[in-house]
Amino acid sequence: MMEIMEGSHAVAEAVKQCRPEVIAAYPITPQTHIVEALADMVADCSLDCEYITVESEFSALSACLGASAAGSRVYSATTSQGLALMFEVCYNVAGMRLPIVMSIVNRSLGAPLSIWNDQQDSISLRDSGWLQYYAEDNQEATDLHYIAYKVAEDHNILLPAFVCFDGFILSHTYEPVDMITQEQADRYLPAFKPYQKLDCRDPISFGMYATPDYYLEFRYEIDQAMKRSAAVFEKAGKEFFEMFGRDYRSPVEEYRLDDADTAIVAMGSICGTVKDAIDEMRDAGKKVGLLKIRTFRPFPSAEVKSALSGVSRVAVLDKNISLGAKGAVALEIKDALYGSQVPVLDYIIALGGRDVRRKDIREVVSNAEAGIGDLFYGLRTEVL
Amino acid sequence: MTYQEWFREDRLPHIYCTGCGNGTVINCTLMAVDEMGWKKEDTAFISGIGCSSRAPGYIVTDSLHTTHGRALAFATGVKLGNPDLHVVVFTGDGDLAAIGGNHFIHACRRNIDLTVVCMNNQIYGMTGGQGSPTTPMGALSTTTPYGSAEPAFDLCELAMAAGANYVSRWTSYHVKELTRAVLTGMQTPGLSFIEALVQCPTNYGRRNKFKQVLDQVEFMRSHTVLIQKLKRMEEQGEKFPDPVIPVGEFVRRNRPALGVKV
Ligand SMILES: Cc1ncc(C[n+]2csc(CCOP(=O)(O)OP(=O)(O)O)c2C)c(N)n1
Ligand SMILES: [Mg+2]
Repeated sequence: MMEIMEGSHAVAEAVKQCRPEVIAAYPITPQTHIVEALADMVADCSLDCEYITVESEFSALSACLGASAAGSRVYSATTSQGLALMFEVCYNVAGMRLPIVMSIVNRSLGAPLSIWNDQQDSISLRDSGWLQYYAEDNQEATDLHYIAYKVAEDHNILLPAFVCFDGFILSHTYEPVDMITQEQADRYLPAFKPYQKLDCRDPISFGMYATPDYYLEFRYEIDQAMKRSAAVFEKAGKEFFEMFGRDYRSPVEEYRLDDADTAIVAMGSICGTVKDAIDEMRDAGKKVGLLKIRTFRPFPSAEVKSALSGVSRVAVLDKNISLGAKGAVALEIKDALYGSQVPVLDYIIALGGRDVRRKDIREVVSNAEAGIGDLFYGLRTEVL
Repeated sequence: MTYQEWFREDRLPHIYCTGCGNGTVINCTLMAVDEMGWKKEDTAFISGIGCSSRAPGYIVTDSLHTTHGRALAFATGVKLGNPDLHVVVFTGDGDLAAIGGNHFIHACRRNIDLTVVCMNNQIYGMTGGQGSPTTPMGALSTTTPYGSAEPAFDLCELAMAAGANYVSRWTSYHVKELTRAVLTGMQTPGLSFIEALVQCPTNYGRRNKFKQVLDQVEFMRSHTVLIQKLKRMEEQGEKFPDPVIPVGEFVRRNRPALGVKV
């Protein structure tokens, strides 16, 4: 049913329909509305779940790890500093192959302190072994949660997943969202069947010491699972499409890219602005298109390569920076296009909540056409 | 120099809501600083994250506004890096006792020469009113919509048990007493912990039957009993307010301390 909902509330509703058995979370702006809504549902008994008001994000994800190892479907949500504090546990969750799903309401990292949006937080965990899905709007942010559980819990995958969406821009914005029903959700996402769990009658040990003879193989297995997850994502997306008509089958999405000279590559809510700007530029006779990255981990290199091989140039919008190198998305795109002659220009943009408008996208494209790139877009040189 | 001169007027207006008790605590602390005769050049204010932790931003001296929960760890470094500095920590109940609980007990154990002022509004104020480890049992918050079911921490008991040299509790109603407590804390070598209960009309009061700001201030006036008096009342079977908040000096002692200027 179509409803006008705040992004956070739509996500909370979707999480509820996924029937998590344990939620542990610590409040942090702009994630709070999600976990407050879930706390309400648990208190009202409309969600049969343990809600643990832990004392930090470190405890939150640790409690989630424990609950998942004990065989429960588990959920948490965080952002920014909270995710940074979870760093250690994130690697453990992935290493123990526990399929926890966590919403990341993307926000910049301090210092200086900022509560506003960019994607530095989840990008900083890109090597941790968590699947990373990025949503453009609240509908996608909502739907990706069902899909994330399905992929994560697949016994051939068993990896945790981030569902990332932009703080405030999506989380605090009211948009029409088509919610599926509980009954539909149950059909799409059956009850969690743990592959293995803590069970005194059949004891197993999680997270034990691995000697140099084994450690490398553990990492290899995670990497293999990541790669396998691409096909499982496609399958989960296909099932979702067949049941509900919304299409998330592909790890990338193309917008007016077919005959484009300039391809913009971006992730998250900025894609909406980019699409509008592209329509304007197309009307003015400029051939510009968008390649939106939906799954950043695993990175869809093959799809990227085939989508971008015909363009004259690529302009990547990075809401993050690997300081001392480039934006994380640009690095991946360059890698995917290695050996082709297509120039890839990187634009570090919208950090710490700096607003981006259609005119900015036009300017990026003009820059790209002139071969000017690999820069911080919109830098206020007067305050440097 | 008067305490007003310690304020950084170019940072005004401040972020605190109308009726917030934090301003009172900052005033009391600066009055104590003033009475100590400390100089701006020798004084540093350290904080974590939260409404309470925004305080150093409004003060003219050097300050470190750090990460949520870590104020005491950063302050430990500052003090040991330069024991000549007077180091004051502003923190909140969440910052100190939830996410930073570990640093709290260890700073007390080491008894580092810091003055720690905790503005306890019994809630995560800045993030919109979720339950904290000092939210009283039964109190409403956005994460405990039918009342908190967990027991709350007594921060003073905790500091005392962990080894702090000076521990006292007052409220934003008790301006003179609070100022004197912070002053005594500053004079005492080792870790001084001063808990200041404050009203938070926006995120605690209005959810917990304190319709007006003054209702909560009045509650703090009428439900506090001097700790020594409370002991006597208990012994003699006298009636005291329910719930009761013991206030006053919990401990003043002379355990060996770390980072004291010699
Ligand atoms: C690691 C981390 N987790 C969560 C937050 C979000 N956060 C900011 S302030 C705050 C609570 C502050 O509560 P308290 O310390 O009691 O201060 P108050 O605002 O009530 O004065 C939280 C949870 C954060 N900044 N960093
Ligand atoms: Mg507080």
